Amino acid sequence: MAEERGGLGAEELRYYTASQWQLIWWRFRRHRGALVGAWVLLVLAFMGAFAPFIAPYSGTARDRDYVYGPPQIPRFWDENGFSLRPFVYGVKTERDPVTLRKIARVDRDQRRYLRFFVEGEPYRLFGLIPMRVRLFGVEEGKIHLFGTDELGRDLFSRLMFATGTSLSIGVLGVLIAEFLALVIGGIAGYFGGWIDYGIQRLTEVVRVVPVIPLYMGLAAAFPPEWSNVQVYFAMTLVLGLVGWPTLARRVRSHLLAQRREDYVLAAELAGARPAWVIRRHLLPSFTSYIIVDVVISFPYMVLSETALSFIGLGLRPPTISWGILLQEAQNVRAIEQAPWLFIPAVFVIVAVLAFTVLGDGLRDAADPYAVSRR
Amino acid sequence: MLRFILQRAIGMVVTMFFVSIMVFVIMELPPGDYADRYAFRKFSGTGVVVTEEDIESIRKQFGLDRPAWERYLTWIWGIVTRFDFGPSFAFETSVTDVIGERVGLTLVLLVATLLLTYLLSIPIGIYAAVRRQSLADYGLTVVSYLGLAIPNFMLALILLYIGVTYFDTTVGGLFSPEFEKAPWSWAKFRDLLAHLFVPAVVLAWSATALQLQTVRATMSDELHKPYVDAARARGLGEAKVILKYPARLAINPVVSTIGFDINRIFSELPIVALVLGLPELGELLLRSFLDLDMYVAGAILLMLTFVIVFMNFVSDIVLALLDPRIRLEGG
Repeated sequence: MAEERGGLGAEELRYYTASQWQLIWWRFRRHRGALVGAWVLLVLAFMGAFAPFIAPYSGTARDRDYVYGPPQIPRFWDENGFSLRPFVYGVKTERDPVTLRKIARVDRDQRRYLRFFVEGEPYRLFGLIPMRVRLFGVEEGKIHLFGTDELGRDLFSRLMFATGTSLSIGVLGVLIAEFLALVIGGIAGYFGGWIDYGIQRLTEVVRVVPVIPLYMGLAAAFPPEWSNVQVYFAMTLVLGLVGWPTLARRVRSHLLAQRREDYVLAAELAGARPAWVIRRHLLPSFTSYIIVDVVISFPYMVLSETALSFIGLGLRPPTISWGILLQEAQNVRAIEQAPWLFIPAVFVIVAVLAFTVLGDGLRDAADPYAVSRR
Repeated sequence: MLRFILQRAIGMVVTMFFVSIMVFVIMELPPGDYADRYAFRKFSGTGVVVTEEDIESIRKQFGLDRPAWERYLTWIWGIVTRFDFGPSFAFETSVTDVIGERVGLTLVLLVATLLLTYLLSIPIGIYAAVRRQSLADYGLTVVSYLGLAIPNFMLALILLYIGVTYFDTTVGGLFSPEFEKAPWSWAKFRDLLAHLFVPAVVLAWSATALQLQTVRATMSDELHKPYVDAARARGLGEAKVILKYPARLAINPVVSTIGFDINRIFSELPIVALVLGLPELGELLLRSFLDLDMYVAGAILLMLTFVIVFMNFVSDIVLALLDPRIRLEGG
């Protein structure tokens, strides 16, 4: 080392003077799986946020020419020659002369070329900015990357909207749960004694009832005349109300350990009130734990929403979420006739895996006693 | 020890009391009350004009005009003294009749699932901890990630699909059609066991994934403690060292989380039952929530929770028997 200060090399000096967040970032960066998870989630969040731009059609638009149609995979060449611009085949729905069932017939001579930034139906980005441009589309007819459902609705478009709904409901649910957990767990952990005892009993009661049945009970109480927006926010509230006890327990045990530390005593001797001590001294001492908790409990929220909507007690159509999409793939007949309706399940699995890996990485990184350096 | 058991028993009763209040609140939550739904169900489509007074008289008949706390007391009193969970309007009989046989089937399913979970997770978890970096160890990591990520209803659908396309069997239901209404016999019992396999695998899926991790983690911690070296130094065979000392301790966290496992299994019951068409409590619970048949729903919620609370109680005692440290602390 060229420069020595007090017997420490530049590398070591950098390590010892780094802030807590820098240390966490250094440790996190080495966790390759967690980085991949973070990227996957960013992509999913981007899809959800820009759903109307990425999706070629609205979530409810029907294509009468392509009902129960399999995915159309863009290709560059076929027996009719090569094309630099990818294309899909034209389709026409005909009735089967025997069964009278509608079947989509592929016309291999008709090519529909894929174009980017095409004009589509008008929409509002983030519900605010009026726009017409869509990421991609075809000039005539329609393109269905993931196929269509029994009403001829484009699964790819619906999946983009569903990603937005399901992720945002999970985020809101986790935030509500974490807020409740901080308030209730904070009070229990700080005051201790009989307040702690009472809150512990309450937490135990909520924790001991099976989770999904409890969700079901609360969701069953939504009046049928509620609008979809009301149901959406009620769902986030229900997820938060059922989700807080686990988090609250962890907040409480952290607080119980921390409040015996000297710096808390110092603050109290200096005349700080409880709310101040909790907010300014105790909470920052485990911000990283809170973040990790939020990330770890996120998949449970998403899975609960999916499960509830799947059984018909959560969100309701025309709201589109992962659970609502999977409702259509509930029976064996659907799997046999239209296996592409399972593509939403792949999204659920990928999202949950990404969150789990990210949560594991964050937990390792945030642990101040981790031996590993950088 | 007796004091310890008594203490836990009182705790169990207190918890159940609060749970019953919560369940009652959930039963009261949906808009409208039992009388509205009863009248709607009974007279809609019959052409009978139902007046406000008719509903009022139904309300009186079921005692719905009394304050909530009084209704709660009658409800809970009926359950505790007569095992009477109130009426079910969808089936026009008492809840006890509706639930009847399903309780037994649910418990059978629960036991099968728990057995499968522990028979898989304990030996494999111990093996993976002893043979670090082995195939079993890597496989375990993958499985435990997938255990959370693949929702149980997906797994059920996949198994259903495989069953239909490759084996030409229906894996749904708990009995073959010919045994559905038949009286209990050895053949029917064997038929039930054959049908139990798929639901048990689906339900055990995520619980096994979690327990595998727990067992492996505890086992890895214990393996390097001095008492293991001490046992080895005294010349005990490797198998005996592991099975007699660290393995015994690795079971403790499994015992202490049995309540959570049951909670998880019950939680997944309604969804899996929906996909696989199982005639048990979860399916009935879902149906009664959709129908707003709240006495049935309340009864099932209460029963499922009671099983969990009771098993928590049992696991506390078993743990105290297994681990002298807890016995001494708990007094």
